[in-house]
This record gives sequence, structure tokens and C-alpha cells, in this order.
Amino acid sequence: MIAIDPVTLAVLKGRLEQIADEMDATLYRSAFNPIIAEARDACHGLYHAQTGATLVQGSKGLPIFVGAMSFAVKAVIDKVARDGGLEEGDTFLFNDPYEGGTHLNDFRLVRPIWRKGRVFAWLASVGHWLDIGGNVPGGFNASATESFQEGVRIPPVKLIAKGRMNTDILAILAANTRVPQSNYGDLNGQINALDLGERRVHALLDDYGEETVTMALDIFGKRAEALMRENIGALPDGTYSFEDYLDNDGVSEGRLTIALDLTIEDDRMRLDFSRSSPPCAGPLNIARSTAVACCYVALKHIFTDVPANSGCLVPIDFVIPDTTLLGVSAPKPVGGYTETILRMIGVVFGAIAKADPKRATAAFFGTINALSLAGYRSNGTRWVMSMFFGGGLGGNPQGDGLNHGNNAISTATMPPLEILEAAYPVMFTQWALRPDSGGPGRHRGGLGAVYEIEALDENGAEVFLLGERGRFAPFGVAGGAEAALNRFLWVTDEGEVTAPLVSKITGVRIRKGQKVRLETPGGGGWGDPAKRGKARIERDIREGYVETNGAPEGKFLASSKRGKAA
Amino acid sequence: MILPGAASIVGVDVGGTFTDLFFFDEKKREFRTAKVASHRGDEASGFLAGLSSLAGRTSSGALADFDAIVHGTTVGTNALLERKGARIGLITTKGFRDVLEMRRRDRPHTWGLWGEFVPVVERSMRLEVDERVLADGTLRKKLDPEEARAAARELMQKGAEAIAIVFINAFANPENERHAAEVVRSVWPNEHVATSSEILPEIREFERSSTTALNAYLQPVVGSYLGKLEAALSKGGFKGAFHIVQSNGGVMATSTARRLPVRTALSGPAAGVIAASALARAAGRPNVITGDLGGTSFDVSLIADGHTALSAETTIDFGLVIRTPMIEITTIGAGGGSIASVDKGGLLQVGPESAGSLPGPACYGGDNTRPTLTDANVVLGRINAQRPIGDKLARLDVEAAVEAVLAHVGRPLGLDAERAAEAIIKVANARMAGAIRLVSIERGHDPSNFTYMPFGGGGALHAGALMREVGLESVLVPRFPGITSALGCVIADLRHDQVLTVNLELDGLDAALLNRHLAETGRAARAVVANAGVAVLRIDTVFELDMHYVGQTHTVQVRLPAQLDGESMLADERTVRSAFEATYRTQFSRLLPGVRVRIVTLRTAAIGLRPHFDLAALAPKSSGENAQRGLRRVWFDDRWHETAIFSRLDLATGAKVAGPAILEQPDATTIVDPGLVAEVDSYGNLIVTRSAA
Repeated sequence: MIAIDPVTLAVLKGRLEQIADEMDATLYRSAFNPIIAEARDACHGLYHAQTGATLVQGSKGLPIFVGAMSFAVKAVIDKVARDGGLEEGDTFLFNDPYEGGTHLNDFRLVRPIWRKGRVFAWLASVGHWLDIGGNVPGGFNASATESFQEGVRIPPVKLIAKGRMNTDILAILAANTRVPQSNYGDLNGQINALDLGERRVHALLDDYGEETVTMALDIFGKRAEALMRENIGALPDGTYSFEDYLDNDGVSEGRLTIALDLTIEDDRMRLDFSRSSPPCAGPLNIARSTAVACCYVALKHIFTDVPANSGCLVPIDFVIPDTTLLGVSAPKPVGGYTETILRMIGVVFGAIAKADPKRATAAFFGTINALSLAGYRSNGTRWVMSMFFGGGLGGNPQGDGLNHGNNAISTATMPPLEILEAAYPVMFTQWALRPDSGGPGRHRGGLGAVYEIEALDENGAEVFLLGERGRFAPFGVAGGAEAALNRFLWVTDEGEVTAPLVSKITGVRIRKGQKVRLETPGGGGWGDPAKRGKARIERDIREGYVETNGAPEGKFLASSKRGKAA
Repeated sequence: MILPGAASIVGVDVGGTFTDLFFFDEKKREFRTAKVASHRGDEASGFLAGLSSLAGRTSSGALADFDAIVHGTTVGTNALLERKGARIGLITTKGFRDVLEMRRRDRPHTWGLWGEFVPVVERSMRLEVDERVLADGTLRKKLDPEEARAAARELMQKGAEAIAIVFINAFANPENERHAAEVVRSVWPNEHVATSSEILPEIREFERSSTTALNAYLQPVVGSYLGKLEAALSKGGFKGAFHIVQSNGGVMATSTARRLPVRTALSGPAAGVIAASALARAAGRPNVITGDLGGTSFDVSLIADGHTALSAETTIDFGLVIRTPMIEITTIGAGGGSIASVDKGGLLQVGPESAGSLPGPACYGGDNTRPTLTDANVVLGRINAQRPIGDKLARLDVEAAVEAVLAHVGRPLGLDAERAAEAIIKVANARMAGAIRLVSIERGHDPSNFTYMPFGGGGALHAGALMREVGLESVLVPRFPGITSALGCVIADLRHDQVLTVNLELDGLDAALLNRHLAETGRAARAVVANAGVAVLRIDTVFELDMHYVGQTHTVQVRLPAQLDGESMLADERTVRSAFEATYRTQFSRLLPGVRVRIVTLRTAAIGLRPHFDLAALAPKSSGENAQRGLRRVWFDDRWHETAIFSRLDLATGAKVAGPAILEQPDATTIVDPGLVAEVDSYGNLIVTRSAA
């Protein structure tokens, strides 16, 4: 047993994170679809040889993948244990959401790093591919009742065996998507990232030796665990409950409940979701691994000092029964998983706000609004524009919520509209903040946004949306009020049209020159709106963040119920 | 036009506390240095005082002997960091006034959802006009000039001093923007009107908007500053060329700086890094971390393998993005003037609040009675109170320093003055060490492979301690650490960068068109350098193409093996393709045969190479006999030591000094801590390492 001095430890931590960051950057720069290249919906890391536990993660990787990737690597480890045949030069590919979380669009590549004839660790890459077949271009099928309607499902298979690409698999993939070249480009980008990561890890091991690096990785995990225990230990013992709701399951009316009983006992935490709704008919279900991953994301946002490493999950117990919509198996549809986990993260915030008012943060906008516009250009080529939109973050003890931010599960940046217009036959006619959308409070919720898009092609476009918060607004905390609801409409000859299930539509056709319009929620407010500072109120009105419509300012700002404002 | 060698050139670096000057006579191969106090808000007065001191006289016409002045400035940097730019207005396409505030939907921190953002242009100062260009450049809606005029008038009434005009897709077709600029300029009272297609004709509306808006934000500030300086220089009889260092480490004319002040965002620090990289290369130490400790801030930069890193895009602060090449520099608010205090929780803090040079540290005897890092060094005898740096004060007030340290740190913490002062220094060192770790360890560089190069007046006071704390290999103290940035101004090359979005397919490349673009942008960029009026040996033109496979949104930068040689350009489909594939293969492991390739953007840089500055001119000429100047009591490691004092500049090449020792010179003080040893190399640098024992 050798000891590691603190400087070497710090250098190793820096070098390992740098490797993951460089893998991220390699994929962003070589990817084809803007969801990876511009929105950075991807993640890379290094995982434990036997357990698949997250050892190192890029600092820019998508938060939800940080939690989910270890399950993906574990799926490959289990397959190898079951079927055998692992060799040097192998790389696995799959997108099975029941083995590794999230949804079918997220393709994972997993590669072992061999040292001296043994697997030292695993490298993995995940990226969101633009289209994977199924009923809906772009994959967010709001009315799917089985996984088969959401796209093609690939279990862990050897894409590269002993260094040789299995081109049969490439042919199967190409035959099952509307955009084969885009997916092919992204796949190559992911292989580029793995190649780079493999070279870098070998160089690191050559410099420091396997023993030192292994010990350092072990120390990182223990440190994460200790920090998490310390944070939990600082909270008062007790059980804190919180509930929030999803609008509907995309198939029929009826809210879905996400209920949490959070128990603190000394330095351990139990997250019990047993009181949540049973599995639903539509795509708002999630697999258990996804549920665990999103709790990890919620806790990381609350305890920001804990490093991104599986060690921090050791002191947490999860109760996620398969009788709820949070622990389903194949072929229950899971394509709308983002909405469900955003609500789960919200209820963790809500419960923690009860345990520790200093950390009380109002709800963020809480829906990704997966909007796809798709069609055929006049020259016959297929196009699919699929993207996610921003909204307001919650008011908090420190200040107002951020205007137009991203959801807690993501750090993905928005593709520039100029890039989108250059790639697809659409024109944005508005890309603006949405006044009055932030929940009133002593610290107001951040504003959501308004996006308006016009179809430019002769053939028009087909429109698909999977969103939420159309019926249940982002909540306020500590006396703050709720934010504005999500709103989606399209303009036809008959005027503005909205959907029966509010934010979930499949296959609405618009013609050339017609528009769709999305108005996203703000964040909830923090604290009593009557206590908002005068300077803040004046600024809100002067800059148009709040539109008074002639009402006396004090009265308007104190009136709490949004959506009812005249 | 390439000028014959200038006879004399002065580099001027205006920092928050001192203004440093380096004078070099190219004919006589002689140099002089000067250091005077800076005056915040009136930087010109320090600038002029320094020049007068160099000229050795203050009469009118004193500056007539200087042929060229090159200036590194922090006026733009400070305006950005302190949010003290001008009140500006933005005119943009209908439907898009919030692009600047919505950013790319990012947030301040990956983990944790708190934090706000206030854009540099308030929402009520962002007006829309009904115009639209499509992605392919098609003019969908022509600008109504009356609307632009009305917007300009409204912004003028609301007090805007500058205007940024940013239209969607203007990179593809700048017609509406140009038209709007024409109209606005016809009613606007000053020259501060700029369009995004002039500042950054590149796709991506947020980055283009942010860069253009920040340029407007700086224009009145930098413009009036340069105006004051030029007037004062001309009054002083100066008739030569006056230039500004850019954030990319190159030099530009003041006319360019007025037009593109956003390129001065890191002007001062970049000059220092340029000098450091030249010094380090000459000394055979290609891996260097520089630390510039000024009065108010500590700037760190990493040079690996002799190369300074340029980043294409820099985030000055959350949501303040500048897309133009800049030397990578990390800044924290810790300097000699940083104020030490004890917070309510009993925790000692140093900075970021600073006493600057006015009123300055307590030992300056001014109005400030709170202790600074400099006061702590004075209390411990590390700074010679009888011979302070710069020409402002005859001596420093040790008693005032002791009283300040005792009153604000010693008594609250129950420490005597020496231990309180040592604690202040330790806390400041820890913050500086953190900044060094950030650029090295956290990016995977092992500090034991790096030499630390301190500069700025106070940097060498802390170098030994930082070397130990971070685990750096050695320290290199340049011969004139206090004027490194000023030296950088003198040796930096001239440079002008230009971008042009071209969007050309590689298959069946229109080579004639590409070559025409190369020739035109090359000539234009060279003209900017040639007309700058500073002696250059030759002008190199560097062409880079941003290229990608059709379908990708990002690009790789492909260096073209073409040189602008009169009219003949050699770029053709085959050479461009092989350059692209070679670059792509280096960056990514896999080419994509069969996928079409596109040239998106042409980047042109004209670099005017300055006459070689032989750094050996800095080497000591003395025999070293008179270097030792006696002993002084200095506090190290919890007790006083009788410490040898040397005159740094009188040490001969090869001289060795064992710690504890203090090496003094007019522009800086170097501490050799106990257990360290310093040696003078053939360029006059001090190399500090751990003692063999």
C-alpha cells in the first residue's frame, strides 16, 4: 500500500476530469445533429471495472446522464457476465432505456480499457440521436402506449469486435431512422470521443501506474460519500412530504401524482416514492434506474459541494416500487421520461425546503417542451427539427430566479436560431422573454419565453410536442406564488388552435406561412410578494418583466394567482 | 508600407496602482525604465508623468524624441469587470430584442439553480425594427429607414451614448444592417455606432449580439480615454505612432482600437504574457506559469511548450461573451492593495476590496487606515520602507502599517502585529495558489513541470511561497519584473484579424472565388498593419478556413498552406481537401468519406513582425562586487531573521544567493525564503530553486 500525497491526488483528479471534458468536446465538435453539437445533449466518463459505478465525469456533461451512465455500464458488465466473450478492442452499443435509463434517443457506446490483460475501467459515451424511427419524427411520441411506437430498441451488442466494425449493425441502424446520415455522423463522433479517451487514459496510467490511479479513484469515492453524509447529518431528523402533479399521460385526461416522503435519520436519507401514481398508459413512465439518476441530480443541486461520483449515493436509500410509474419495465413507454423526472426533482426540492428553509428554492419551469417540426423538402429529402426550450428558474433566498434558463436535468445550451434556420426550412418570428410568467414573490421567479416559428417549405410541416405544466404551474415556496402555465398553439385558417391535452400533440399539419407558438412557464416565487423591494418592483415595470395593464402596481404584484390575471 | 526601423519606442502599461514604462532605443540598443503612480479615473496623468520621467524633463516638447509609443491598457477590462461601460442602446430585428438577455439558455453554475443575470443593455433600451433576412441571405423584409431613425432618436432621448445594430442573419446579408447604420449615423451625435456585420460577421446570433453590444459598451469609455491621451501626447510634442496592445497579444493602431475596443478587453495582461513567453523561451524554460501581481488583481496564464494559448471565445463574466481571439488569462481580485479584514464569523479575508493607489495602503500615509497585503509585507520587513517602489513616496510609514494590521486583524484575532501580518500573507498566498492550480492542476498539467514567473511590482515577494505551496519546479524572476507588461508592449508583433463567412462547397470548388476572397481579405488585413506606422521586418499573412462535413454545425480550423504573394494565390480543391483531411484526422480519429465538405468561414490574420529584440541586452554588466547592502531584520516562519539585503541589478551573471535574503531593485523586491537559493542566469533572470540540503 502506497500513500498518495495531496498534490498528486489533486493532479490526478484534474487530469481525469480533463479527459472526460475533452471527450465531451470531441463529440460536440464532430457531431452532426444540433441537439449534441449545439445543445450538448451528451456525456462521457470513466466507470468502475466491476460495478460500473461512476468514477469520473466531464464537468460539462448533462446532469441526468451523470446519474444514469453507471446503470448503462452495469448493463454491459451484466451482459458480459452472462454471455462471456469480452475481448480487447470491443465496443458495445445500445439504447435500451430499461437497461441504463432515459429514452430510446440516447445511444450509449461502452468500451473497456485494458491494462495488462485485465479490464482497468470502462469508458462510455452517450449522445442524443435525432431520430430512431417510431411513430413520431424526433422520437417524442406523446401518445405512445408501447415502447415499439417510440422507436427501435437495441440491447447491448458488440458494434466493434476486436477492433473490427460490425457493418451489419450499421445497416440495421441506418434502415431504422429518418435521418441515417445524421445518426452515422453522431456515431462516428462518439467513436472519436472513445478513441481519444482511451489514448488519454493509457497515457495517464503510463505516467502514474495502475495502483496509484486506482487508489486515487477509491479516495474520490470515499470523499464524495463522506461529504454527502456530512450534508445529510446537518438536516434535522424527521419525515418531510411533498407532492406535485403531471397534467396527463398523453393518452387520456387525468393527473398523475408524484409523491415523496423524505426521511432524514442521522447521516442517512430515505427517498420513498410509494404513494405515487401507478404505471400509466402513455409515455410518462420511467425505469427505476432513471428514477435513481434523477434523485442524484436533485441532491447535487442542493448539496453543490459533493463531487460528481457514485460515492455520494451510498448514504441514500431508495423506495421506488414497480407498482408506481417510476419503476416500469419493457415494453411500457418511457419517451416522456424528462417530464416525470423534472417533477421528481421538484418534489425533492419541495421536501428539502421543509427540512431546511435556508435552502428553499421555488420550482423551475419543469418541462422540456420537446417540439419537433418535420417534413419533406420540395426536392424530396426528409428533414426533422427537434429541440427543447427554456423557461424561468425559481426564486430563492439569494435573489430572483434566472430568466430563460435550462431545466435542472440539463446544462444543454439552446441551438442558435440562425443555425436552425440554416439547417431547416423554418423561420423564427419571435424569440423573446414572456412578461408576467414568473411567479410573484419577495424574490420573483425567472421569466419563461415565447417562441414563434413559421413553416417556409412548400410542403409545410408536421408538428409534434411533448410538454407539461399546462395544468399544474411551477410552485412557489416560503409564501411565494406559482408561475404562469405552459401554453402551445398553432395558427390555421380558423385562427388560433390549442390541443385537448394542452402540451401534447402528435402529427398536426401546418401549411407554408402558418405558425406555431410556444409560451413556456417561468419559475415559482420565493417569499411574500408584499415584501418585494420597491426598486425591484420599479425595475420590473420599467423593463417590462411585469406588465401592469393599468393596474396599480402594488396590487398587481401582490396578486398571486397566475393565469387568472386579466 | 513597411517603415524603416523606428529609432526609439516606449512601452507603457497602466495598471491600477502603478504605470510602468520601458524605453528602448533601437539604434543604440539601450533601454531605460520608469515607474510612477497611476490615478484611477485619470489614467492619462500617470501616463504623461511616466513619459516625462523617461524623457528626463517636463518641458513642452519633451516627448518629441519618442518615435513610437505602445500601450497596454486595463481601461476596457475594468469597465467590463466593474460594469462601468457606457449607457448604450440596441436596435434589432422585430421579435428578437431579448436574445441578449436569453443567452444560450445557460445558467451560472452546472450544479445549483441560483443566480441572476443583468445584461449590459437594459430591456427598455433594446428596440426592434421590422426587417428580416433569411438564413441564405435572401432579403425577406426590407428595412424601413424611418423606423431605424425613430429608434435611434428614442435611444438618444433615453441617454444612450452608443448604439449597437444587430439583425438576424446579418452575417449572410448585411444590407439591412448597413442601411440602418447609415440612417442612425446621420442622426447620431458621435461615432459610436456599430453593426454586428462590421464587428463579427459570423453565424450565431447571441455571440454576435454579445460581442457587438460589449463593443458599444466600451466604445465611449475607451474612445474618450484614448482621445485624452492623444491630446496630452500631442501637447507634449509627441509626433510618432501611438498603438494599443490587443487581447490576442498583437498590437493595433489607436484608430482600430476606437473602432474595436472589445479587442482591448485583456490588453494589459496580454502584453505581460507576450513578454513572459519571450523571456521563458530565451531562458530555455518552455513550460511557464505567469503570475502578475498588481495593486488590485492577480492574473495567471499558462504557457505550455513555449506557446501561449489563444481562445476563440472568452466569457468575461456569466452571460458576457466576447468572440474574438484572446490570450487565456485567469484573474482573481488579490493584489498589493487588497484589504485584509476579519468577518463576523472571525474569518480572516484578504480582498477582493482594494485600496488601489489612491488612497493606497496604510503605509502610504493617505486616508486609508485599513491594512493591505503591502502593509503586511512592510510590517515584516520584507519591503524596504526607506526605499519604496516607484517615485511617489520618499519612505513608507511603518508605524501606520503596524497600527492598521493590529487594529483590524491583530486585536480581533488576538495576535501580535507580526503574526497578524504573517496570517494576512498566508491567506493571500492561498488565494493566489488557488488561481495557479486552476490553470494548471485542474486542467491536467503537473505543476512540477512548470516554472513560475512572477511579474508586477509585488509578484516576486510571494513567488517562493507559491512555488512551495503549489509544488512548482522553480521560479524565474525576470530582470525587470515590475515592467514586464511594458516590455511586452515593446516586443509584441503587430496583428490584425478578420473573419468572413464564405459558405463554399469543396466539391467542385470555385477556386477563383476563394482566391479572390483570400487576396482581398489578405490585402485589407495587411493594409491595417502596414498603415499602423510601426517598424516591421515583414508582414506575414495567415489564412485559416473553418471547414466541416455538411451536416455538422461546428468546424475545424484548417491552416491553408497559401501565402499572399502579390496577386497569385495557390488554393485549389485538392490542396484545400488534403489540408482539411489532415487537420480533421489530427483532431478526430475518423474521416467520413462520401460526405460533402464545406468551407464556412475564412479567417485572415496579418502579422507584422517587429525587429528581433535581443533579450540578452537585459543581462547584467556589473561584476557583482557591490551587490550586498548589509543586513535587515525580516520576519519568516514565526520569528525575526537577520537577513542579507542585495541590490538585485548589481548581481553578476552566475551569482548565487542563499535564503533568507532580500533582493531589491527600483521596480520590484524579490524574497528568497529560507531554504531556497537564487542564481542569476545569462539574461539577468533570477532562477530560484529549493536548496540542495
